[in-house]
Amino acid sequence: MAENTATVEEVKEIVSEPLFSKKNRKLITDPLDGDNPITVQVLGICSALAITAQMKPALVMGVAVVFVMCCSSLVTSLIRNTIPSSIRIVVQLAVIATFVIVVNELLLAFVYDVAKDLGAFIGLIITNCIVMGRLEAFATNNKPWPSFLDALGNAFGYAIILVIVAFFRELLGAGSLFGFKVFEAVGLDYQGNGLMLLPAGAAIVVGLLIWAQRSWNGYVEEA
Amino acid sequence: MAKKSNSYVLIYTIILTVVCGSLLGIASQALKPFKEANEAFDTKKNILGTTMDLTGKSAKEVNELYSKLVVASYVVDASGKKLEITVDKVSVSDEYPKPIAERKLPVYEIADPAKPGEVGYYVFPMWGFGLWDSIWGYVALKSDLKTIEGTIFLHKGETPGLGARITEKEIQSRFKGKSIMEGSDLTVVQMQKGEGNDYSGKPHKVDGMSGATITAVGLNKMLVQYFEAYKSYMASKSGGEVSLVTQ
Repeated sequence: MAENTATVEEVKEIVSEPLFSKKNRKLITDPLDGDNPITVQVLGICSALAITAQMKPALVMGVAVVFVMCCSSLVTSLIRNTIPSSIRIVVQLAVIATFVIVVNELLLAFVYDVAKDLGAFIGLIITNCIVMGRLEAFATNNKPWPSFLDALGNAFGYAIILVIVAFFRELLGAGSLFGFKVFEAVGLDYQGNGLMLLPAGAAIVVGLLIWAQRSWNGYVEEA
Repeated sequence: MAKKSNSYVLIYTIILTVVCGSLLGIASQALKPFKEANEAFDTKKNILGTTMDLTGKSAKEVNELYSKLVVASYVVDASGKKLEITVDKVSVSDEYPKPIAERKLPVYEIADPAKPGEVGYYVFPMWGFGLWDSIWGYVALKSDLKTIEGTIFLHKGETPGLGARITEKEIQSRFKGKSIMEGSDLTVVQMQKGEGNDYSGKPHKVDGMSGATITAVGLNKMLVQYFEAYKSYMASKSGGEVSLVTQ
């Protein structure tokens, strides 16, 4: 494996790699399915359970994580050769925290209600294991562009699951989507299932998603 | 300079701190006017929210309702005297650490939708401390200044699912119709320990929140403290009310 990457590196120096080479495309597509941070790596579960009761906060959280991950991966990758290894985690945290606070300020300024709903969870993006995990595992050893794509893929992989979970939870729990009463609109009398609005409902939906995904793509956990 | 040397690490951290710090400072200052506007609007929404359901209302509708329904707002002190200062100059959180006698206390009067021209509700902002951090809220009294019409409670850091439930409509609506007076004495409604008990016949008790006793204690303390502070104001007001009736 190590040898393989070494040869690839050498090739790259001779012929400049196209922006969306097969390898770079894989950086984005892998985390969407086969290497999904939530359903396969089972990271970032706490926020996946907490903010998916409604579509709107889930979507905003997804966008916030995409922004934070892309920016911090890009910055970390740009300064990767200057970071002293003894304080690299501190540097990564500082970079992530800066972007998270900027996101929080932006949300408070432009979507105040959603910012209040998300509350502590925006701040907790700092400790979201997906963000730090990608910085430590990828951005500190790779060039900016692949790091950016890797972050984009992983953040989208996270955001997609959030939105899917929120879709089922809001629909089944409150009978609405983005606050719009779906069942009332089609003339059905639907009694919301309160369990779906509780974190337990999210655990059930995430579990079913993992099941569905694994039976579809045949992923098996290595023993 | 060697990357592993202490001075490199030290200089690196200093530069990092300065860069990150200035970025945050710029972001915070640039966005301040937007945040302040949002906070002011949120206060309006909370004041109105004590007496009506605002779900699904747009910002414009809320602003219109506010300018139509909130007929007066002013600041009083603990002796009930009106002060020469407007409500937007008073921050309830800044007043909270002061002794009650020195606090500036805002009052909002909301028109009675059924009887135009008359004050239907009085809204009192409050501030206190829950289990982890600040809690605050708005309590609307009916024009008798005894019966609670509605409440809005908010918090900064109470435990989600436990103390944080004070923001839920269901918890807040438990206070509706409860009383803060027994005859002419102040007997503020208090949240009880334990949940699922029926207090429908008891005007000074509301059902508690299971697992959030300390938040409830903070809430009770806040209610008592602020109604004590507003007591003189309410007494002067209900005196005026009586004379109105005799006219």
